[in-house]
Amino acid sequence: MAELVKTIENSTPAKKRGINRFDSPWFNPRLVIGVTMVGIVLLIGIGGPLVWDMNLVYVASSPLNLPPAWIHVAQPTPEPVAVATAAATAINTSSGGLGGSSMLDLMESTPAPGRGNPGDVGPGNPTGDPKHPLGTDDQGRDMLALIIAGAPASLKVGFIAASIGMLLGIFLGFSAGFLGGWVDAVIRTTSDVMFTVPVIAVLFVIAAFLKHLELNEMAFLLALFAWPAPTRFIRAQALTLRERGYVRMARLSGMSTMGIMFKEMMPNLLPYLAASLVGNISGAILAEASLEALGLGPTRVPTLGMTVNYAIRGTAILREMWWWWGFPILVLIFIFTGLFQIATGLDEIANPRLRGVKSQ
Amino acid sequence: MRGLTKGYVLRRLGMFVLTIWLGATLVFIIPRLMPGDPVGAMIGRMTGVGGRIENAELLIAAWRAKFGLDEPILGQYVHYIGSLATGDLGYSLSSFPATVTEMIARSLPWTIGLLTVATIISFLLGNTIGALLGWRRTPKWVKRILPFSLTFTSVPFFMLAMIFIYVFAYGLKILPATGSAGRGVTEAVTPEYFGSVILHGILPVMAIVVTSMGGWALGMRGMMITSDGDDYLILAQAKGLRPRRVFTRYAVRNAILPQFTALALSMGAIVGGSVLVEYLFAYPGIGYLLYEAIQTSDYNLIQGIVFVLVLTTSTAVLIIDLIYPLLDPRISYQKR
Repeated sequence: MAELVKTIENSTPAKKRGINRFDSPWFNPRLVIGVTMVGIVLLIGIGGPLVWDMNLVYVASSPLNLPPAWIHVAQPTPEPVAVATAAATAINTSSGGLGGSSMLDLMESTPAPGRGNPGDVGPGNPTGDPKHPLGTDDQGRDMLALIIAGAPASLKVGFIAASIGMLLGIFLGFSAGFLGGWVDAVIRTTSDVMFTVPVIAVLFVIAAFLKHLELNEMAFLLALFAWPAPTRFIRAQALTLRERGYVRMARLSGMSTMGIMFKEMMPNLLPYLAASLVGNISGAILAEASLEALGLGPTRVPTLGMTVNYAIRGTAILREMWWWWGFPILVLIFIFTGLFQIATGLDEIANPRLRGVKSQ
Repeated sequence: MRGLTKGYVLRRLGMFVLTIWLGATLVFIIPRLMPGDPVGAMIGRMTGVGGRIENAELLIAAWRAKFGLDEPILGQYVHYIGSLATGDLGYSLSSFPATVTEMIARSLPWTIGLLTVATIISFLLGNTIGALLGWRRTPKWVKRILPFSLTFTSVPFFMLAMIFIYVFAYGLKILPATGSAGRGVTEAVTPEYFGSVILHGILPVMAIVVTSMGGWALGMRGMMITSDGDDYLILAQAKGLRPRRVFTRYAVRNAILPQFTALALSMGAIVGGSVLVEYLFAYPGIGYLLYEAIQTSDYNLIQGIVFVLVLTTSTAVLIIDLIYPLLDPRISYQKR
């Protein structure tokens, strides 16, 4: 008995110490890190145009093939021969396959600038220019300007597509889970079938047929295929919630179906919905970047995926222009990691059992 | 065989047929909703290559009749479904005498091989990592090290693929970047050929595995943690079973079941994602063929490939669905 009293005495102050205003589950470290990362990208997108000349995204607005500013290698004369042999050895080591390779074929067919043009600033003369801190590509576009313009565009497309998909999913999922019957059967079967269809391949085809996509069109196109995951997920949640006491109570008290769905059940699903939305955003950005990297995206607006596509087509890897594909990919990875941290954080908020296992 | 009832199999087969039908219909509808006329586009391309074309109107009419485009839309649809059912996908427009079926048959094995190997490795590795992370008795140092393997979880594979090509193929020059086999190696059943194929497969497989295993690991970790305090685990421990046995036969055996459902659901994404992997590594699979078909506006080939992709995915899902009741005898899938 005395021991018990002791433990209670010991535990009470400990508990009190634990309660502070940072104890809310919403101060989840992963969530905070993720929000910060995405926030940085947004800040770059909003603040960037204020401090940087956005006209530099256009072709030939800058010198060609400049490396990032901090690269200063003293190499007096550009040596075309060295570049050619480097490319040749690369071709030898990476012996191509049956159909040949896109990059190597292009390498052989297109004359790379910097080879043979004496006035050209190419990879043979890697000295950065502080006016273009992240370097330029082979069409004279400034990489920093491309990133400032491209990063928020990617986030925007992802957000629009995922939000529309989510709204559709909320509506369909709640209807299926709550109404049941044939409504459920139709919605569930359709979403299951849509799951099996390789959506990205279908998107490639649509984009290929449409030829010219605008950024918003692409967002809507992605949204058309973004609803099955949230639908399935919300349906499952709605099924478990339907039998809860407070939902039955609401039904008994004569609340309308819509009212029960959106006033009673929705608020309880918010963390799940948020996690699912974030997951969808990164899925949509991935689909968008994939389409663009294949050269099927919008061509009038600079985007990160399009920059990667130009880099692939311009054989940036063989020309050692790592900054050309490296920076857009790094920014995309940064966005994806941030979104992933947010989603994991929200998951931990929704499902407390996932928290703090590491300490055990 | 307890769970594999007749009704369950029939229902899954029904879903399979429904999916394929929907895929075929999508493939049929998409080009017809799009602006432009395929035959006109073809003539346009020929004009671009060979200058003026004599009697273009006659040619257009003949081609429209040949492809059945002069029929009413419903007739076209019936005709199309009929020829699909017999495996006839038509002729390729860009490399004419070749049929679409031939071209796909040549490249499909590469894709299936690549994806099967990559998916199995990723599934096994990811679930092992996740199970160890979610298990209480895992040594602390293992739990410290394992999360590093998940660094690339959120990175899409085509971005990692480019970094891999740069580092391993261009920088270190230890692995080939593109193709499925060396250029000088003849295609025959020799150890040399197989060695070359494996060597060329390492980078694409690695890119897929490194980026996708984290998803499996996180799902598995969640399942392990959620089932941690369950009665059957406590009983198994109370019985005095060895921890290793509790881990493999009790905890993992149960936690892995939802992972198979997840595998079936992610099949579409896996197959679709192969298009990009093959494009980047110039791997002569069906994804690369699709990219080439899009580049050359070979609409017949595009339609055929997307249809075959749907077919492949739904077959994979069907196989997983049919194996699942054998793994989880609790589920009988009978209508109550």
